[in-house]
Amino acid sequence: MIYFQLLWVYLKIGLFGFGGGYAMLSLIQHEVVEKYGWLSSQEFTDIVALSQMTPGPIGINSATYIGYVTTGSIWGSVVSTVAVCLPSFVIVLLTSRFLVKHQESVYIKSIFAGLRPIVVGLIASAALLLMTGENFADWKAVVIAAVALAVVRKTKVHPIWIIVAAGVTGLLVY
Amino acid sequence: MGLYWKLFLSFFKIGLFTFGGGWAMVPIIEREVVDKYGWVERSEFIDSLAISQSLPGILAVNISIIVGNKLKGVGGSVVATLGTVLPSFIIILLIAVYFTTINTNPIVERIFKGIRPAVVALIVAPVLTTAKASHITLKTVWIPFLAALLIWQFGVSPIFLILAGALGGIVYYKYIENRMKK
Repeated sequence: MIYFQLLWVYLKIGLFGFGGGYAMLSLIQHEVVEKYGWLSSQEFTDIVALSQMTPGPIGINSATYIGYVTTGSIWGSVVSTVAVCLPSFVIVLLTSRFLVKHQESVYIKSIFAGLRPIVVGLIASAALLLMTGENFADWKAVVIAAVALAVVRKTKVHPIWIIVAAGVTGLLVY
Repeated sequence: MGLYWKLFLSFFKIGLFTFGGGWAMVPIIEREVVDKYGWVERSEFIDSLAISQSLPGILAVNISIIVGNKLKGVGGSVVATLGTVLPSFIIILLIAVYFTTINTNPIVERIFKGIRPAVVALIVAPVLTTAKASHITLKTVWIPFLAALLIWQFGVSPIFLILAGALGGIVYYKYIENRMKK
């Protein structure tokens, strides 16, 4: 049963995950945290951190991880990882031909024009949903977040180093 | 060395050496498939980026499918995608197997207590950059606000908002078109 749920959820994520990366997060979070409760929002944040520290796309990382923890088996990882890639296969192969032919279509252009502001909102909601009491236990956490935001906005420091620095800070202040 | 094997190794390398996914992967893919092997022309590569980005799914997977398909058809797509996915799959699986026990370690818990707020900040940052790149104006700024609010406070599925955005784009175009005619 859990395998069917994983398959279904990750097919949906692969099918509706527009904008990639962070924009996909809100969708993954909606399904695995809010709807199915496979992970707590704290655990979800940890996966995002792990995804940043390990190579590969976040969509694959989350599929592999959640597939394993929900089933306790490698097959769970296989099912959800294949499921998240499957819609891409069908859609990319079919529409790359179609799109090349109809790239100038005003309908396709207006669809993407409508999607762009939504994607911004999706990313924002992923951040808002993670602003929980668990992730921000005290004022020290707020300071860490503020500094991290300033560094990522103002400098070209790679996110991995920000996470490493935040981890060291956590070790020192907690 | 067969082309399939080359394709697999090349995308395996791409999957192994890109952190954070998405746009971070693009320059590495470009170096491999355009500069090093010449599998794809640069202009073709840019087109495939636009397509990959516009379609649902994982950006790197979408690019792998397009490049693989161009070289060896559907089989090429499968091989290239396997290459992209396998490094993360193996690494994350190892972490998933061992992380559950590490997680209860008090030192790891302290480290993650520091990491969690930083991760939230890392997600806030692309909100600002994508807002700029999407040319959000005073007239359209309510759209991302409303979308975020609906998901955050009302638990609306992001799927509905994606569909609404696509539909809204068409409706708005029709509206402009009608007004132009009058």
